[in-house]
Amino acid sequence: MAGMNGNGREHQHTITALVQNHPGVLARVAGLFARRGFNIESLAVSVTENPEVSRMTIVARGDDRVIEQITKQLNKLIEVIRVVDYIEHAAVERELALIKVNAEPKDRSEILQLAEVFRGRVIDVGEKTFLIELTGGPDKIDAFARLMAPYGIREMARTGVIAMARGTKTA
Amino acid sequence: MAKMSGAQILLECLRQEGVEFIFGYPGGAVLPIYDALYDYQDIKHILVRHEQGAAHMADGYARATGKVGVCLATSGPGATNLITGIATAQMDSIPIIALTGQVRTTYIGKDAFQETDAIGISMPITKHNFLLRRTEDIPRVIAEAFYIARSGRPGPVLVDIPLDVSLGKIEWDPSQYNRNVDIPSYRPTYKGHEMQIRKAAQAIKEAKRPVLYVGGGAVQSGAQAEVTELSERTNILVTTTLMGKGAIDENHPNCLGMLGMHGTAYANHAVHNCDLLIAVGARFDDRVTGKLDQFAKYAKVIHIDIDPAEIGKVVHCDIPIVGDVKTVLRELLKYVEPRPATEWNRQIMEWKKRFPLIYPKDGQMHAEYVIDEIWRVTEGNAIVTTGVGQHQMWAAQYYKVKRPRQFITSGGLGTMGFGMPAAIGVQLAFPNEKVVCIDGDGSFQMTVQELMTAVVYELPIVVAIINNRSLGMVRQWQELFWSERYSEVDLQASPDFVKLAEAYGAIGMRVTKAEDVEPALREALSQKHKPVIIDFVVPTEENVYPMIPSGQSIEQMMLRKDLEQLRATVDTDGEEWSFADQDAILKQFVEQPSRQ
Repeated sequence: MAGMNGNGREHQHTITALVQNHPGVLARVAGLFARRGFNIESLAVSVTENPEVSRMTIVARGDDRVIEQITKQLNKLIEVIRVVDYIEHAAVERELALIKVNAEPKDRSEILQLAEVFRGRVIDVGEKTFLIELTGGPDKIDAFARLMAPYGIREMARTGVIAMARGTKTA
Repeated sequence: MAKMSGAQILLECLRQEGVEFIFGYPGGAVLPIYDALYDYQDIKHILVRHEQGAAHMADGYARATGKVGVCLATSGPGATNLITGIATAQMDSIPIIALTGQVRTTYIGKDAFQETDAIGISMPITKHNFLLRRTEDIPRVIAEAFYIARSGRPGPVLVDIPLDVSLGKIEWDPSQYNRNVDIPSYRPTYKGHEMQIRKAAQAIKEAKRPVLYVGGGAVQSGAQAEVTELSERTNILVTTTLMGKGAIDENHPNCLGMLGMHGTAYANHAVHNCDLLIAVGARFDDRVTGKLDQFAKYAKVIHIDIDPAEIGKVVHCDIPIVGDVKTVLRELLKYVEPRPATEWNRQIMEWKKRFPLIYPKDGQMHAEYVIDEIWRVTEGNAIVTTGVGQHQMWAAQYYKVKRPRQFITSGGLGTMGFGMPAAIGVQLAFPNEKVVCIDGDGSFQMTVQELMTAVVYELPIVVAIINNRSLGMVRQWQELFWSERYSEVDLQASPDFVKLAEAYGAIGMRVTKAEDVEPALREALSQKHKPVIIDFVVPTEENVYPMIPSGQSIEQMMLRKDLEQLRATVDTDGEEWSFADQDAILKQFVEQPSRQ
């Protein structure tokens, strides 16, 4: 019988938990991750089409056994209705980012072009800055942020990933 | 329809849940509840001396009866004093309801007098908790709390009740209370998967060296008959965890006693060398497994548990079966074929002879002797509670129980001070049973104030203090693993326990000689209305053996140094058995890893 620790390769998993929309449910989920030593890379929460149900999308890292424990421990919470690990499903992942980048007059057209390539939108133009809105998978946002870095990113906010299965399948 | 206050509704809900006792302590935020209790006849309130005692009493009551125990405390310090007791229940999956007062909903978050975030504090140590916000929610929340506490893998549930919620009056009729709860997001699995059960039966059929490893889940599910039948039909020997004591009659020839750190050597040898480990309602605690990669390393594992998160949590499992232990075992018994006792059974019996659980019967009053005598004098029928430490391990080794719910101890959390309050809860539930708390001089002093509670309610519990004037288990570790640097383990300075008992209005006795143990116990057990404290003054420098040091494997198992001599003194039946022979068998077993 082999021990359970540190014996598998780590992967990034996107896990969706449908939870009862009760006060304190976020604290239960966050507390569970902290207590059991699971790492959260991002967490996005909001209400669903059913106002009594919230959807949490959690990006976590771990080997297969850690991820299995995460999903089982989540399922054990009384207010968790269902847990789906999207690594097993074809799913769309999206994130929204707001990036405030330095935009000196000489750089403005270049930044605009880059934003256009990434289908970003400039939603605020200041004397020395642009505020750019961008949606996409986390890799796309990482890539855009890398391109903006030379101009100087003053501030960036990301929502964290939300995910949904393709086709008729639901969580 | 009459108007009722939240407090009255609460009591009515508790009555309909079959609550007999509330263990509690009043305070500002629960005044409406205490006012409602003032002329409420159907539930008996037990006034404790510290809220921790209330939680342990509710826990002891729940462990002994299988019903849900209830404790009640005010907000702030009342709630925080419950915490150790709630955590104790959580670690051992015990169904209790902790009711806590809370400041008015309008004051919550304002640092009001005696405000504390009971929900936040208790979140990691409860199965679930509720903050009541409206009086009309009380019946639904209480019904859900009881349902969650007792169903699936049981556990503690805390309900936080703000003052204005218990004060509020609404129209409500007790006939509206609905115990039939359905929580769509919480549906425990009771019935095991049939294919998995068939696979398990097949694995049992094919196994050459199987062992049953049975834990608290079997006790909770009331599966003694099923465990015993499975063992008898297949001649598979049974080792239990500390929480599993009583899952099979410990006097049964198929019972190997406890495994793990202070388990019997023969149980540990059996598990170490087995090729099939059948884990039944057990969770592979580190005090059981020691070094994980050495634990049952040749074995295929069948794991039966009601909590899916336990499967694969600590060890790899070959045949998982999620379900209630009793239900699953009943199904399994449909497929399991009888098998004869084999060479493997003989091998384990050899180990049992070679490494018996034994202590010197030399006229000295050793701790083990005292416990052995308690067992003999009570004819193994007492309900035993314990504190935590050496006395607990000796009690687990030497007090052989006959049935589940007879050995009541804090296993997972290891809460010193658990024993006496738990005994009070047990004695209230079973006024006609003998209840003995085997305690340590350290543990006893942690919750000694509850002696007053036992006196007030005229409970004839017997508290046997195994007094070695030392924090014996810590002392043992310091002796064995910390170069005998005895740091802060001396308890020479303790009160005179006899006088202390008398000061509380209990009976105190002191026993220093082996021949006085039995008469003292008989006198104590004959009491009908008074608790008895017996101060058994035992030697300080004695250790619990066998011992597998923390995080190590059976190869590092430490046995008593005088084992060979002691064995010679008892082995008088003239039966011959040879070590050379036995080592050859062992080799043949051990060197054939069966794992694919």
